Amino acid sequence: MAFEGLAERLQSTIKKITGKGKISEQDIKEMSREIRLALLEADVNFRVVKDLINRIKERAVGQEVMESLTPGQQVVKIVRDELAELMGGENAKIAVGDRPPTVIMMVGLQGAGKTTTSGKLANLLRKKHNRKPLLVACDVYRPAAIEQLKTLGDQLNMPVFSLGTDTNPVEIAEKAIEKAKEDHLDYVIIDTAGRLHVDNELMTELTEIKEAVEPEEIFLVVDAMTGQDAVNVAESFNEQLDITGVVLTKLDGDTRGGAALSIKAVTDKPIKFAGMGEKLDQLEPFHPDRMASRILGMGDVLSLIEKAETTVDQKKAKELEEKMRSMSFTFDDFLEQMEQVKQMGPLDELLNMLPGAGKMKGLKNAQIDERQLSHVEAIVKSMTKKERQNPDIINASRKKRIARGSGTTVSQVNRLLKQFNEMKKMMKQMTNMQKGKKGKGFKLPFM
Amino acid sequence: MSFFDKLKKRFNNEENEEQVQEKYKEGMKKSRGAFSGRINDLIARYRKVDEDFFEELEEVLITADVGVTTVMDLVDELKMEVKRQNIKDTEQIKDVISEKLVDIYYGDDDPEIETLNIQENGMTVILVVGVNGVGKTTSIGKLAHQLKQQGKTVMLAAGDTFRAGAIEQLEEWGKRADVEVIKQSAGSDPAAVIYDGIQAAKARNVDVLLCDTAGRLQNKVNLMKELEKIKRVIEREVPGAPHEVLLVLDATTGQNALSQAKTFSEATDVTGIVLTKLDGTAKGGIVLAIRKELDIPVKFVGLGEQINDLQKFDASLFVYGLFADMIEEEA
Repeated sequence: MAFEGLAERLQSTIKKITGKGKISEQDIKEMSREIRLALLEADVNFRVVKDLINRIKERAVGQEVMESLTPGQQVVKIVRDELAELMGGENAKIAVGDRPPTVIMMVGLQGAGKTTTSGKLANLLRKKHNRKPLLVACDVYRPAAIEQLKTLGDQLNMPVFSLGTDTNPVEIAEKAIEKAKEDHLDYVIIDTAGRLHVDNELMTELTEIKEAVEPEEIFLVVDAMTGQDAVNVAESFNEQLDITGVVLTKLDGDTRGGAALSIKAVTDKPIKFAGMGEKLDQLEPFHPDRMASRILGMGDVLSLIEKAETTVDQKKAKELEEKMRSMSFTFDDFLEQMEQVKQMGPLDELLNMLPGAGKMKGLKNAQIDERQLSHVEAIVKSMTKKERQNPDIINASRKKRIARGSGTTVSQVNRLLKQFNEMKKMMKQMTNMQKGKKGKGFKLPFM
Repeated sequence: MSFFDKLKKRFNNEENEEQVQEKYKEGMKKSRGAFSGRINDLIARYRKVDEDFFEELEEVLITADVGVTTVMDLVDELKMEVKRQNIKDTEQIKDVISEKLVDIYYGDDDPEIETLNIQENGMTVILVVGVNGVGKTTSIGKLAHQLKQQGKTVMLAAGDTFRAGAIEQLEEWGKRADVEVIKQSAGSDPAAVIYDGIQAAKARNVDVLLCDTAGRLQNKVNLMKELEKIKRVIEREVPGAPHEVLLVLDATTGQNALSQAKTFSEATDVTGIVLTKLDGTAKGGIVLAIRKELDIPVKFVGLGEQINDLQKFDASLFVYGLFADMIEEEA
């Protein structure tokens, strides 16, 4: 399918113009069609694409090609910078009202994920900002929308305010604020009904709620998979309600998410958060620069580097390297490594961030079964200290015991032992190759 | 006879379909407006058919989310056609454009591809799949109502055991359509719920069993495996089932819809698409690309929030929906 990134798209065009010191007008002309297609394929709105291409042309023509880059790469860099500039800086702030409670209104189309995001936002406020939020069920139209919010409230152990489906949403919102004051809750998150943006009745209702409760924040919740229509949606919600920010949901899918760019371009409101999964703690600050790379299909290298830097303890890594060289790598070290990798987040998420991961056949859609990892962990933890230090002593009866202790089978234990030995061999080879050079870090076979 | 005349004639002939036609026209009013307006505008501005004209035509089609590859192919074909027929005037190309669009959709197939495969004898099992928030449960509710109106006995199986409130939502639709809902508690194994549904449907001699599933993004391999398992359970319990696997797509979705259709097909052999939320400004043009590249037909479109706003898909009507202003203008 036509999902290759811009970098690949440009390859063929690039070939023709290598070896030049400057980017000529002709080069840009040839490339701009490819850039245009790549952006359109990523669902960036065509109006936005047009503006961008013009700006890129202006900026690129006559520019010197940096020594370390090919002209093609230089153009990609210009495109990326231009996109990053348009996306703006990071901004995951949530307003604090002069007087509690601070009111946040969630608006958006049906199925964008307002209710789930409301729950996630409440969770974030409590966890990261130490606040006490109240969830308010103002979607009185969709069947079971209130139940959904209540269930989320139960899961989070968070209060939910509702007056059933027979009360006017404006009244519900007003009463909710009184309730929050009574109970000394400092945030009120209002989940509103999702309907089409062209639905005047709903827009009026939203405007009425807005006037009644004067929210500090109005978040527009948008599905990251939205196509060309994202512009219309964002424009009309912004015009009517003057939104303060955007939450992009379902970004854990494989969409390029060009809608993000369109929304930013037409509303000039910051995209503050991104929904990254179905679990209630998977609401993350939105990184505009990384989004720019993602739209271009360049992989989220930055995210990966950053994640690796924060979680892998450099000193420990050094120690391990020593151990590997001396072949004294044990199951204890193995366990420690696994912990570190796990801290970096779900493995499939890490894989997706690697540029070119989509190109490698086996890796495309490769999802590492986290359960399998926990099997491995269980096996290792069922070994005695002695066995972990010196796996060679593990004989048939020990294997049986380990399998029983970890709830696995002997063949699974065998497989792990074999893999472990191969890994050790591989590490030896790797470190031998690196000898002399200052090797930093290494990869485990299951990474 | 021009293509538009043919289309128009079709509508005039089928008076019993008038209501359906009205629904399409009303529902797609917002989708259509901008689209046909822009094509008209384009044709008015460009007298000559040249490269610039085609470039802008590309853009108009892309705004409808038709999909870049499909648009490129279409434009290439148009260019050939223009050469062949020696068309110089943009007015003449109007016909060719819409003809090609319907052509992409039908190809050599007969229009029967939109009909739901309902068994004459014995039970029909329909599995409904899709990503989060596209309107699976709502579509099931509407479909249940429709089948009930046709005199079928219908049962629903609440296979979305994951999302908060999903079971309650389906129950509410069950009440509205007056059909029975088979459920277990939230968090239980969806395949087990579907199994229960099949047993209950068999025991009560139900005509059609509609199986709801939890929304899932198509790149979550483990969740897609769960879907494969659900399908296996259905295959095992009812020979020849599922008779239909319907993928629900949100019309506002862009190019990712193609990836959705592809991956869900790999897991469950999707037999048809339900295109929802077409009553907004989104045009859902991606279904043309899906049909072209993956050969999956659209069976229903959602044109509103009411229980009877689910309509059988008709490509001519769909294109008519996009071009209606132009057709009527010509008359």
